Amino acid sequence: MEAVHDHGHEHHPSGIMRWVTTTNHKDIGTLYLFFSLIMFFFAGSLAMGIRAELFQPGLQFMQPNTFNQLTTMHGLIMVFGAIMPAFVGFANWQVPLMIGAPDMALPRLNNWSFWLLPMAAILLVGSFFVPGGAAAGGWTMYPPLFIQGGLSGDMTIFAVHILGISSILGSINIITTIMNMRAPGMTYMKMPLFVWTWFITAFLLVAVMPVLAGAVTMLLTDRHFDTHFFNAAGGGDPVMFQHIFWFFGHPEVYIMILPAFGIVSSIIPTFARKPLFGYASMVYATASIAILSFIVWAHHMYSVGMPTAAQLYFMYATMLIAVPTGVKVFNWIATMWEGSMTFETPMLFAIAFVALFTIGGFTGIVLAVVPVDIQLQDTYYVVAHFHYVLVSGSLFAIFAGAYYWLPKWTGHMYNETLGKWHFWLSMIGFNILFFPQHFLGLAGMPRRIPDYALQFADFNMISSIGGFMFGATQLLFVIVVIKCVRGGTKATAQVWEGADTLEWTIPSPAPYHTFATPPVIK
Amino acid sequence: MMSNLIKKIGGGLALAMYSMLAQAEYAINFPKPVTVIAGQIYDLHMITMWIIVGIAVVVYGAMFYSILKHRKSVGHKAANFHHNTMIEIVWTTIPLLILIGMAYPATKSVLAMRDSSNPDMTVKITGYQWKWEYDYQQEGFKFMSVLSTPRDQFELKGTAAKNENYLLEVDNPMVVPVGKKVRILLTANDVIHAWWVPTFGIKQDAIPGFIKDSWFKADKAGTYRGQCAELCGKDHGYMPIVVEVKEQADYDKWVAEQKSKSAAATQDTNKVYELAELKSIGEKVYATNCAGCHQAKGEGMAPVFPALDGSKMVKGPKQAQIDIVMNGKAGTAMSAFGKQLSDTDVAAVITYTRNAWGNHTGEAIQPSEIKASRK
Ligand code: HEC
Ligand SMILES: [Cu+2]
Repeated sequence: MEAVHDHGHEHHPSGIMRWVTTTNHKDIGTLYLFFSLIMFFFAGSLAMGIRAELFQPGLQFMQPNTFNQLTTMHGLIMVFGAIMPAFVGFANWQVPLMIGAPDMALPRLNNWSFWLLPMAAILLVGSFFVPGGAAAGGWTMYPPLFIQGGLSGDMTIFAVHILGISSILGSINIITTIMNMRAPGMTYMKMPLFVWTWFITAFLLVAVMPVLAGAVTMLLTDRHFDTHFFNAAGGGDPVMFQHIFWFFGHPEVYIMILPAFGIVSSIIPTFARKPLFGYASMVYATASIAILSFIVWAHHMYSVGMPTAAQLYFMYATMLIAVPTGVKVFNWIATMWEGSMTFETPMLFAIAFVALFTIGGFTGIVLAVVPVDIQLQDTYYVVAHFHYVLVSGSLFAIFAGAYYWLPKWTGHMYNETLGKWHFWLSMIGFNILFFPQHFLGLAGMPRRIPDYALQFADFNMISSIGGFMFGATQLLFVIVVIKCVRGGTKATAQVWEGADTLEWTIPSPAPYHTFATPPVIK
Repeated sequence: MMSNLIKKIGGGLALAMYSMLAQAEYAINFPKPVTVIAGQIYDLHMITMWIIVGIAVVVYGAMFYSILKHRKSVGHKAANFHHNTMIEIVWTTIPLLILIGMAYPATKSVLAMRDSSNPDMTVKITGYQWKWEYDYQQEGFKFMSVLSTPRDQFELKGTAAKNENYLLEVDNPMVVPVGKKVRILLTANDVIHAWWVPTFGIKQDAIPGFIKDSWFKADKAGTYRGQCAELCGKDHGYMPIVVEVKEQADYDKWVAEQKSKSAAATQDTNKVYELAELKSIGEKVYATNCAGCHQAKGEGMAPVFPALDGSKMVKGPKQAQIDIVMNGKAGTAMSAFGKQLSDTDVAAVITYTRNAWGNHTGEAIQPSEIKASRK
C-alpha cells in the first residue's frame, strides 16, 4: 500500500472537482449523507402526495395510476436512495475513525461506489417524465403487473442494477477495511458495535444484491425477449419472482436495521455514562439475526397458497427471530438501567428508537402468526408495521447518529433547542401518522389504494394530519444541519462526556487525514 | 391550491375532533367474524395482543422507570456493570417459551384453515383487471362482478354524494347458501389479484396460470364485503367483492334464475338485432368492461391504452377488431374478451365502438358473426 504521510496541506482539487475526484473517506461519507438527504426529501414529498390524496374519500388530486406511481417510487427511493446510502455515509465516516484506520481500504472504489448513485437517481426521478410515467407496480415489482408497464419499467430495472453494483462495491470496501485496517490491538471483539453491525450488514449485502439483480434481469428479459420466467403460459411461474425477491428482500430489511442497532448501541452507553450491557451477546444476536434473515423470506407471501408445511415452517422460523431481537432491546434497557442519563437530542432519538422499534417488533410477532397474517397481509397494518421499523427504527437511528456525530464532523455543536423541537415534533407527528394505520388495517383497509370506503375516513384523515406534521418537521433538520455546518459553539474533541470510542480522541472537526500513525489500543 | 389544502386540513381537524366528541364508532379491531376460521383468527390475534401487552408493560415499565430515576439531573451516579450471564439466559429463554406457547394454537388453526376437503359446493373465481368472475361450474353458469358505485362518485374531483357502501358494492354479487362449506378455486387472467373477505377470514392470491384453493363456511345469512388485496394495476382499489349468504331455499331460487338467464343468453345468439339495439347494449358492456382502460369517451390513456375514438382499427375492416377483442393481445393489458363475454355482448360492444364518439361506420355486428369466429 502507498505510504501514508502526515502533512498539513493536501494536494487535492478544490471546488466541484474536489468532490468528483475525492477518495477521502470523510468527503465520500459527506457525499453519501447529502445525497440521501436529498433523496429523503424527494421520496418524502411523494409520501405527502399520497397522504394528501388519502386525506378524504374520493379522488381530489390525482388519477389512480399517478397514485400508484407515488407509492411505488416512494418505496423504492426511500429504501435504495435514502436509508441505505445514509448508512453507507455513516460507515464511510465512522468505520475508519472507530477502528483507527487512515482511510477505507479501497479509496478509488469508494469514489466510484458513490458516483454510481446519482446516475441511478437520475433514472428513477427521470422515469416520472417519460411517456406513461414512473413505474406503478409497487416497489416489490411483482410480475406480471410490472411487465405491463412502459419505458419507466426498464429505467427502474437499470437503476436497481446500478444501485446493486454500488452496494456490492461499498460492502466489499467495508469488509476489506474492517478485516485489514484495524489499529494494532483492536481485536474483533474490541470493535465498537457500530463496526460490528456494519461488518455483518456488508456480508448480507454481498450475498443478496446479486439475487435482486438476477430477479430484475429476468423481469427485463421477460419484458423484451419473451423468456417467460414468470409467465405460466410459457412454462414460468409468477410466484417464483416473489420467492427470489423476498430472498433478497428479507435480508434487505435487516440491512436497513442492523447499522441502526449499531448507532443506537454507540449512543445509549455514551449518554447513560455506562458501558454497553452484554457486548458479546449483542454481537451474537446481530449475527443470528443476519443468518435467520435468510430463512424466513416467505412470510411475506403467506397468501400465495404455499403448501401447509411450508407455511408452518416459515411461521416458526419467523417467530424465532423475535428472540435475538428481544435480546437487543433488553440489552439497551439494561444499559440505561442504573446509568446517569442525560437527554440530548441523539439520546432522545435513540430512546425513541428503542421504544418505537419495539412496537414494530411486536406487530411483527402478530404478523408472523400465519392465520392472523392472512387477515392482515397487504393491509394498512403491514404499512404501519414496517414504518415503525423503518421510520422510527432506521430513520430515527439515522437522526440520532447525525446529531451524535455532527459536532465531530463539523467542529460545531448543533443547536440543541432546534434539535429537541425536531425530535418532539417528529415523535408526535410520526405516531399520529402511523399508529391509526394499525386500526385501519385491522378494520380491513387494503394498502396501495387511492380511495377507500367511508368507514376508513376518520383514521385516514388523522393519519394524513400526522403525515403533514411529520413531513414539515423534517425541514427543521435541514436548518439544524446547515446552521451546524456554518458555525456554532466550538466542539471539543471529546464532545460528549460519556463518549469513549476512538473518534473522540481526535480533534473536532476531524482533520482531513486521521490516524496516519495508528493509535495503540490497550 | 395551498390555501385550499390548509382549509381542508383545518376543516379536517375540526371534523376529526367533532367526530371524536360525538364518539363515532372507530373500528379498532377485526370485524365481527362470521366463520369459524375468522373466529379463530380473531381469538389468536387477541391472545397475541394480550401477551404483547404483558411484555410491553414489563419492557416499557423498566425503561421509563430507568428514564425517571437513573438520570444525571436527579443526581444518579452511573453503575459500571456490563453483563450478567444469568439474566441473559433468562431473557433469551422466556421469550422462546412464550413463542412456543403461541405457536401451538397457531399451528392448529393453520391446519384447520388449509383443510379444504369435503366441500358442499365449489365455485371457480377468476380475477381480471378489474373485476371478478364467478363460475358455478356444477350448476353451469357464470357471471362477472363489477364495481357498481356510479362513476361520478369516485372519479377525480367527483362531487356526487357517496353511497353508504361506496366502493364496496357490485352489480352481481357472489351468492352462497348459509352453513355450507364452499370451496373456492382461484385463478387470474392477467396479473395477480387476491380474493379477500375479512369477515370470512379468507385471503387467497389469484395467480394467472395456477389454481389455488381455499374455503369458507358462513354461519349467518347476510351481505359481506371485501376487496382485492394484491396491487393489480390502476383500478386495484376498484374491484370489490360482495358475497350474499342466503338461506338454502333462497339460494336455490337464485340458482334457478341464473340458469334461465344464461339459457336465454345462449338463444340470443341466433337473433338478428337492429343497430340501435346493439348500440344500447354495447354502451353498457363498454362502461363495465372497457372504459377502465379505453376511457368513457374512447380517448384512451396514451401511451399504454390506445384511443378507440378515431382508431384506425376500429374504423377499418371489422375482422381485425373482432379478432383483438375476442383473443386479446399477448403481453399487453388487452385481454381476450371472447372468454369473458357472451356473443351478444361482444357483438354489441364492437358495434358500439364502431358507432360512438367520432366513429361512424354504420355497421352492426351480429352475435352470429361472433359465434362463427369462435370456431
Ligand atoms: C385492462 C385494460 C383494457 C381493457 C379493460 C380493455 N382494453 Fe382494449 N386494449 C388495451 C390495450 C393495452 C390495447 C393495446 C394493445 C396493443 O398494444 O396493441 C388495447 C387495444 C384495443 C383495441 C385495438 C385498438 C387499436 O387501435 O389498435 C381495441 C379495438 C380494443 N382494445 C377494444 C377493447 C374493448 C371493446 C374492450 C372492452 C370489451 C377493451 N378493449 C377493454 C387494454 C384494455
Ligand atoms: Cu385485483
